[in-house]
Amino acid sequence: MHQPIHSRIIQSGIMISLSGVTKRFGSFTAIEDISFEVATGEIVGLLGPNGAGKSTTMRILAGVFPPTAGSALVGGHDIVTDPLAARATVGYFPERVSAYQDMTVESYLRYVGRMKGLNRRAAAEQAGVAMDSCALGAVASRLIGSLSKGFRQRVGIAQALTGQPRVLILDEPTAGLDPEQVAEMRELVRGLHRDRSVVLSSHILHEVENTCDRVIILDRGRIIAVDTPVNLNRRVQRAGRVVVEVNGPVEAVRQHLAGLAGVASIETQQRSTDGAAAFIIMTDRDRDVREDIARSVAAKGWGLRELRSVAFSLEEIFLALVHHQPPAHSQRDAAGSAHR
Amino acid sequence: MSRVWIICGRELRTTFGSPVAYILMAVYLLLGGYFFYSDLVFVLLMSSFTPVSGLWQWVFLDLRLVTLLIVPLITMRLFAEEKKLGTLELLWTYPVRDAEIVAGKFLAAVAVFIVMLAPTTIPCAMLYAYDPFPLGPLLAAYLGLVLLGIGFIACGLLVSSLTENQVVSAMVTYGILVFFWFLTWNEEAANQAVLRVLLGLSLFDRFFNFTRGVIDTMDLTFFAFFIAFFLFLTWQSLASRKWRGVP
Repeated sequence: MHQPIHSRIIQSGIMISLSGVTKRFGSFTAIEDISFEVATGEIVGLLGPNGAGKSTTMRILAGVFPPTAGSALVGGHDIVTDPLAARATVGYFPERVSAYQDMTVESYLRYVGRMKGLNRRAAAEQAGVAMDSCALGAVASRLIGSLSKGFRQRVGIAQALTGQPRVLILDEPTAGLDPEQVAEMRELVRGLHRDRSVVLSSHILHEVENTCDRVIILDRGRIIAVDTPVNLNRRVQRAGRVVVEVNGPVEAVRQHLAGLAGVASIETQQRSTDGAAAFIIMTDRDRDVREDIARSVAAKGWGLRELRSVAFSLEEIFLALVHHQPPAHSQRDAAGSAHR
Repeated sequence: MSRVWIICGRELRTTFGSPVAYILMAVYLLLGGYFFYSDLVFVLLMSSFTPVSGLWQWVFLDLRLVTLLIVPLITMRLFAEEKKLGTLELLWTYPVRDAEIVAGKFLAAVAVFIVMLAPTTIPCAMLYAYDPFPLGPLLAAYLGLVLLGIGFIACGLLVSSLTENQVVSAMVTYGILVFFWFLTWNEEAANQAVLRVLLGLSLFDRFFNFTRGVIDTMDLTFFAFFIAFFLFLTWQSLASRKWRGVP
């Protein structure tokens, strides 16, 4: 009975489709009226503070529990009426990465393949493929309990990849890893998506910004924004931001810059010992003042040392969205990178 | 259905891959063997007639105690460990039904119990070789013990699905089983009508008939119901994540 929907979905390349999904646990509403779609080959990031409903959304997609209201299709299968078929298209990496401690990596992945419905031979083959793509070959015969956190995390990814699912749901894949492992994991995730849809969650914004095609921002169980990282940036931005460093009389420079057309505000950031100073300039929306600055500073005979436009980080955008005010008015930490 | 066997197989590999199973089996066998020996000596000393007719009753009432002691230790980790590790959440994302998960774990525990029980037939066989006896009553007693053990397993499986702490899992199972044991202990504590209901529910009173070599369909029905009831509750306990969430 789902065939028509199924073929329509596959034709349109939509792998995940949530519509009005709500999940309640008793009187507590974890998520409310969540709707979004994910196309084949797309990486979508779920972003939000703790308790925003990221894990609940992902668990519904992975088939852990059904929604209280609303409908969700995964790989064209309704997760309520046809849960086993829906689950068969999904690979899931839980927030609490876990595997049987007393099994070797290889035997565990074979077991996972068998549980996902592969026969013995296909499961052995798939375990090999998954280990290759997660660089686990060297520890294939080690017990999972004896592996380092980074390796265990990769076993979790390999587990999700086993059986070539068309949808990957990754709940905080980089949580608890050191920076080098985070970089590896990001590479791994980016390499996964070609013919798959990936939904990943994170509270590290930098990560989503660099990995995802689209970002969904959740707050208190609701979607507050869906867009590409670039568009999100543009959308909430009331102002542009320019950093300029000039070697000249600080007060005069400041007054001059503040008087230029399109400059909304200016802040002196730092003075170096030789008299140069850096300023952060907030400009009116969609107004590039950089050329005016360059020309007029040169005309005054001051030395222009640096002139660049600084994008707002997702973290700033995020805070702005969550607190319902644009980032332009919060000028903290503007010159430095806000990435942590 | 094949996933039931995959889960069961993984469970058995885990069980027999750790020393715990062998220690439990050794203790079971040692205690069982000791009771067999002391009961045999007792029956030979105290009764002037042929030993076997009264022997099985003593032996199996003692084995019942050892079974009560050991089975919760077999069942305690079945779900509790997976809950603690978080692997249960992963199982829920594979194309497998909750009922299949319950069945796989249940069958694995039953298999461990049967393997544990098997060596206890050795002293019976030795006695038979020395002095052949009618096998019917012995088989009835074994049937009763297997049913009793499976009942314990069903109960232990439920408790294991309710906690992620294995010690809590074993202790609560002991609590429930001992409660069923002492249900009819003090006949004065309940009036006659209540006592009749309690008698019907007492696992150990139901088991008693089997040790006398009597197989009563009422007793069989009772054990079937007891086992099915706890398996159903286990299944419901897994399904409760739908309204309770996953920790």
